[in-house]
Amino acid sequence: MARSRKRFAALLAFAPMALPLAAMAQTVKIGVILTYSGPNAQVGDEMNKGLDLYVKTHAKDLPPGLKVELVKRDDTGPNPDVAKRVAQELITRQHVQLLAGEVFSPNAAAIAPMTKQAKMPFVLMNAAGVSIPRISPYIVRTSFTLWQVSLPMGEWAAKHECKTAYTAVSDFIPGYDAQGGFTKGFTDNGGKIVGTVRFPLANPDFVPLLQRIKDAKPECVFTFVPAGKQATAWVKAWSDTGMKEAGIKLVTTQDVMLDEEMRNMGDIPLGVVSSGNYSVAATRPQNKAFLAAWDKAYGTSAIPDFTSVGAWDGMAMIFDMLKATKGKFTPDQAMAFFAHWKNPNSPRGPIMIDPNTRDIIQNIYLRRVEKEGGKLANVEFATFKMMKDPWKELNPAK
Amino acid sequence: MAEASAVEIFARRHRLHPLEALPWLAAAAGFFVFPGYLALGGQILATILYAISADLVLGYAGIVTLGQAAFFGTGAYTAGVLAAHGWGEPISGLLAAALAAALVGYASGLLVLRSSGLGLLMQTLVVASLLAEAANKWNSVTGGADGLQGMVVWPIFGRFEFDLYGRTAYLYTLAVLFLGWVAARHIVHSPFGRSLTGIRENALRMPAIGAPVARRRLAVYTISAAFAGIAGGLIAQTTQFVGLDVMGLERSGSVLIMLIIGGVGELYGAFIGVPLYMIVQDRFAVADPVYWYFWIGLLMVLLVVFARGGVLGLVRALRARLRR
Amino acid sequence: MSAFVTIAFDGFAFAMVLYLISVGLSVTMGLMGFVNLAHGVFAMAGGYVMTTLMTRAGLPFAVALLSAAIGVTLLSVAVERLLYRRLYGGDELDQVLMTMGLIFMSVAGATYLWGPVPQPMHPPALLAGQVDLGIGVFPAYRAFLIVCGAVLVTLLWLGVERTRFGIALRAAVDNLRMAQSLGIDTSRLFTLAFALGSGLAALGGGLGADLLAIHPGYALENLVYFLIVVAVGGLGSVRGPFVAALLLGFADTAFKYLLPQFGAFFIYALTMAILLLRPRGLFGRG
Repeated sequence: MARSRKRFAALLAFAPMALPLAAMAQTVKIGVILTYSGPNAQVGDEMNKGLDLYVKTHAKDLPPGLKVELVKRDDTGPNPDVAKRVAQELITRQHVQLLAGEVFSPNAAAIAPMTKQAKMPFVLMNAAGVSIPRISPYIVRTSFTLWQVSLPMGEWAAKHECKTAYTAVSDFIPGYDAQGGFTKGFTDNGGKIVGTVRFPLANPDFVPLLQRIKDAKPECVFTFVPAGKQATAWVKAWSDTGMKEAGIKLVTTQDVMLDEEMRNMGDIPLGVVSSGNYSVAATRPQNKAFLAAWDKAYGTSAIPDFTSVGAWDGMAMIFDMLKATKGKFTPDQAMAFFAHWKNPNSPRGPIMIDPNTRDIIQNIYLRRVEKEGGKLANVEFATFKMMKDPWKELNPAK
Repeated sequence: MAEASAVEIFARRHRLHPLEALPWLAAAAGFFVFPGYLALGGQILATILYAISADLVLGYAGIVTLGQAAFFGTGAYTAGVLAAHGWGEPISGLLAAALAAALVGYASGLLVLRSSGLGLLMQTLVVASLLAEAANKWNSVTGGADGLQGMVVWPIFGRFEFDLYGRTAYLYTLAVLFLGWVAARHIVHSPFGRSLTGIRENALRMPAIGAPVARRRLAVYTISAAFAGIAGGLIAQTTQFVGLDVMGLERSGSVLIMLIIGGVGELYGAFIGVPLYMIVQDRFAVADPVYWYFWIGLLMVLLVVFARGGVLGLVRALRARLRR
Repeated sequence: MSAFVTIAFDGFAFAMVLYLISVGLSVTMGLMGFVNLAHGVFAMAGGYVMTTLMTRAGLPFAVALLSAAIGVTLLSVAVERLLYRRLYGGDELDQVLMTMGLIFMSVAGATYLWGPVPQPMHPPALLAGQVDLGIGVFPAYRAFLIVCGAVLVTLLWLGVERTRFGIALRAAVDNLRMAQSLGIDTSRLFTLAFALGSGLAALGGGLGADLLAIHPGYALENLVYFLIVVAVGGLGSVRGPFVAALLLGFADTAFKYLLPQFGAFFIYALTMAILLLRPRGLFGRG
């Protein structure tokens, strides 16, 4: 009895020391909006893995007593109405201090006005529609823009691959952007666009469309569809209709040549050139370290892709801000930090945020699909260094 | 014997029952008790109006339709496009929504109501699909798959702004729902409304007593479309966004589900079925959206097989048993 | 005209798939007067079982397909006896609601069992790639669909014309009371017809997995197309939906080729026009 009383007294002696620690304990709530259900859950899952991995491996880097709480919500796919409702709930019901994530541009565009009204910083981790950061001053992006990725593709294609091209894209914001960027890069370098089409976003069957394109006999066909199963269907149709055999080359962006999805395409994509900001096959040491951490957490059957890296870097930026402000920040302070953020050690190479546009500046790589170790890989062979978003350069804000 | 008060006389003439005040008291209480949930609350109220519109055709006139979303969506896009192109006045926007939806209702009713049974069901579905596809393609106006961006809704009467927490939206929607309910109740208890029940029960006999069947069905179809259009306009204005889902098959189908849960043809089925459905769905969406589909599907199957009258039907059965 | 040939070919293949899936629905609706919105669930189930048997159990294409069809047929008999039977001759709204409930459950069930991502479909090597048919070079699998579809359709029509079952079926569709008074066991007939329709749907779903992707939202997403085939073809008819499927298959493919940006708009407009002129469909009876 006496011993436990002594122990109790000893504990009481330490109690006053515990109080300041308790007062210091602070939780920063971050609302994460991703697609967790439906046919596009694949992409959401990749991003979720990316940001979870960063939080897990870097939680110790935060100041003592500071914790991060992720409040995750599902936008169920490219459904702007759901995304908007979910964002509103996170702001008004959960009282988050930051918003992060978003796979789809239409969703991000629907959320954007609210971030302005509520002064809520929003770290865009994937959605690539060019004009989204302009809708609200509280938006910053760590992924890429489609002009940034597709303009170099057009430029390279005109110089090295083909004189004529046909563009076929899904009928929504990212599709328009991809088409616009490619066309500018292509035509500025002597290429000629012989045909262009926008097909419905929910398109089950690409064969008739591709036969139409085949009959127009372009040298290249450029496409953009949402990453995932539609990409596989497109690529298979490209082969099934004989376009590949007829020599009509496919040029596209990393969304269609997704590292993870390529496993389902057989050998069809061999030789296809695409442009992107990240390939799993990249050999830089930062990527190797990233892949090692990924394999350890998720096993070697799960492959990261550019969406995972977008989420990873977005989380890195948030963590850097929390470290700099010790977890106490106003929305404007957070945005000021974000606008000047740099990361020379991203798995994709050096990246930074453009303070004028709050959009990302990064290397864009041209990659060719080759076989490495019996598996298909996007092997980087050319680099467009530290590219800003060309669309904003060409269309300055008024 | 005490004289009947003015209130009692009024109540008796309009067949008002004290229990009818319940939904309104609950809605008013909700405003104060759940300040963080007003956005959802406002959407529930607007959807109740939508369900009332469906109940008019379904429960009272017996027209089974899988295309009610056509009118809801038309109203939503009308109010939305006006607000996105410079005219953000909410009340006139709602009136425009009602008018547009009524026109679509009238036009499609002329075509569709000549059939019955499966043919009618099919045609309502095709009309809704047609309009949904048009909204998808006409994306210069509607925004297509990206949704209608840039809506700016002006403050009501120039004073009450639509705030982030949904307070103004909630009260606005509540007021419109109240007016809509008054109108619906009036229609249902009127001779016109009574004749609808007759048409539903026995369409062959009605002309014999001088009731013009086709005209009445068209009239209720059009009125219902107007109500649905107003509901759509409310959703558009309070969320300041219109997506393709407003015209989708799920929008048409879910309202049927909500009605059957509450009870079809009772007018109050909407007040019970809609909140139940939407609140449970909201809770499930956080926990596990996949399971939601399973349980709601199972519920529907069980309801149809065992509890056809919905909640109100069960209540009635219970009361009957208690009286015995 | 090469474009015309291409469209005709692809359209024909699509039409075959649509017909196989929808003919059962036409018979069910015409015979039992039952609005079975959940018919697409059986097609989806056929697709899922087939692809699962191929990828997990490594079974060859034909074996997997047939097993799927048989399995789904048995399942449909159970569903018919337990649920559908109760609502024959009942209120239309009831049927709509119950079958919608079944669709919802199928969405959740498929997501739970197979996840939300569409099932990969790899046709056997024999049927992959292209084939030269003289008039042009076409995707081999689509050529196979046409042949396979033609064979099945022929068998079906022969069956309906020549077998006792087929005669009883047609009699019951024409006049149920009369058929009953002539001693036809309509209850058993209903079950057999339902099973046959569901089995064909499963075959169509499996064969057409390339054209109509197998994913949890299948039954809901393709519902309108199946209903269009039935409504335009006419209830209770076995030939009517064939014509409707051809129309729909060609039109859809033609529009995807000529005007891909318009989606299904013209299909719906065309359907509306036909239904206005012929509310019972082109060959409707029941």
